[in-house]
Amino acid sequence: MNKLNHTKYRILKDILARNVMLGLTIFSLLLAVIIGIGLYIKSAPILHDHSLWSLISSSSWRPFKGEFGFLPFIMGTLWVTLIAIVIALPLCLLSGIYLSEYAHPFVKRIVDPMIDILAGIPPVVYGVWGALVVVPFIGDVVAPHFVEYSSGYSVLSGGIVLAIMIIPLIISILTEIFAAIPKELRDASLSVGATKWQTIKFVIIRKSTPGIIAAVVLAISRAFGETIAVLMVCGNISQVPHSVFDSGYPLPALIANNYGEMMSLPLYDSALMLAALILFVIILIFNTISRIVLVRIERRFAL
Amino acid sequence: MRRAEELFFKTLMILATIVILGSLMMILFAVVKRGLPAMNWDMITKIPSGGFYIGKEGGLLNAIAGSLFIVIGSTFLGLLISIPIVIYINIYLPPKSFLADLTRLSSDVLFGIPSIVYGAFGFTLMVYFGLKTSLLGGIIAVALLITPILIRSMDEVARIIPKDLKDAALSLGATRFEIIKVILKQISPGITTAILLSVGRAIGDAASVLFTAGYTDNIPTSLSEPAATLPLAIFFQLSSPIPEVQDRAYAAALILTFIVLVLSLAARYYSRKFSKNKI
Repeated sequence: MNKLNHTKYRILKDILARNVMLGLTIFSLLLAVIIGIGLYIKSAPILHDHSLWSLISSSSWRPFKGEFGFLPFIMGTLWVTLIAIVIALPLCLLSGIYLSEYAHPFVKRIVDPMIDILAGIPPVVYGVWGALVVVPFIGDVVAPHFVEYSSGYSVLSGGIVLAIMIIPLIISILTEIFAAIPKELRDASLSVGATKWQTIKFVIIRKSTPGIIAAVVLAISRAFGETIAVLMVCGNISQVPHSVFDSGYPLPALIANNYGEMMSLPLYDSALMLAALILFVIILIFNTISRIVLVRIERRFAL
Repeated sequence: MRRAEELFFKTLMILATIVILGSLMMILFAVVKRGLPAMNWDMITKIPSGGFYIGKEGGLLNAIAGSLFIVIGSTFLGLLISIPIVIYINIYLPPKSFLADLTRLSSDVLFGIPSIVYGAFGFTLMVYFGLKTSLLGGIIAVALLITPILIRSMDEVARIIPKDLKDAALSLGATRFEIIKVILKQISPGITTAILLSVGRAIGDAASVLFTAGYTDNIPTSLSEPAATLPLAIFFQLSSPIPEVQDRAYAAALILTFIVLVLSLAARYYSRKFSKNKI
């Protein structure tokens, strides 16, 4: 009798544990939804007063007059992201192919941990480096050749700092994709007389194009959301940048920079939470699509 | 001609790799060059005196302690959430479960959500519950930020546990709850790696604690007090016009970089060691 009770107790414990764990798992699945709803509730007041389109297409940002135009910030974000991708993608493709196809194992043993370190460096340290090195370099050395005056605090500086920040992410995905391409495909190409470079050009790159695109989309969404580093080097003037040497003011920087005074003006906090919501929704969509693409690639080659 | 093309691109590839490694070197060099002269014993043993924008005396102990509290608290909270999830999707659910795949996908997606969004969300939660910027707020926001990392890196190890091990324990009459012990022991190196990775992310993140933990010159003594953090110490003090205060930012950057460097090398060492045992 006692033994039976003990067994029942053990089974009960198992069932209880299972339900708690199931609950936590479902909570983790719902977290994205909860975040979305939370941010939406906070940004509802401003959406009630202005239409979403008028908010994102207007460029006048005067919180004290109740004018909240997001265009300068959206353009600032697009500029720094575009510059970052243009710089980072070629570097990553070249270096990723080198590391997975040509590099000696010894070289990989040295380079891989260094890329890990690069991935681990906190954004704020990138910002310090940007402010110490990149901004003066752009302001004093590069900009004078092109424009009359630039302080160096510009979308170009932001783009360069961001580019270095997203490089480890892109490289780690690229090397995974290249490694997932079956050896038979390479062998088939090599056996019909193609050189290694031709195999890379016509087989590996072609086969991994969807993966490369997914990696770029992930990198774009990382760049969209990066806050502190770009905040420290972009200059933060609410204008639509017209050249790479102009200051910009990306969306995340706007949120981070104004949280202190946002409770003092009507709708200000709502506008900033809307900015967070816009970021969240765009990044959620980008991330979901590219992750699904990457999972599919992994499965297809695993078979 | 074909040779020349290959050689040309190979040279470009090596150059690209050198540029990437060179930027790492430049970053480390810049941080060490400015940070090392600013480092001294007071930096890590004293709190700033007379306000962080103007105070010339004192060090960073407030930020070091605050970061430590937040990292410990959020890692603990994160593990409390993530370990059951990893166990559930790997032990309780069948191998090709849709729910398990969905959980993996969702933590991959959540991993990509920027920390400023977690910060803003944490802030709306705090407004809703009537909390002020506090250590607790910071811990919750950072825990949300690192839970996906914890889940993904533990799951990677838990997935490759041999099915036989599970079956052997179950066939002896253990319930699934009771074999958790066996599984936890198997994935313990994975847990260590996961903790090292998430601590690295937690300690370096500024945007999530900006709204939630706030900033203070003192060491927090309870969960409801605001807490300073190393990244925010860098961010705020760098904008000060006073060189002594700026020095504190550079010293903090050096400390933070050093911590992150050690963590990332340790994580690599642990996962390596584990994969060696595996094969």
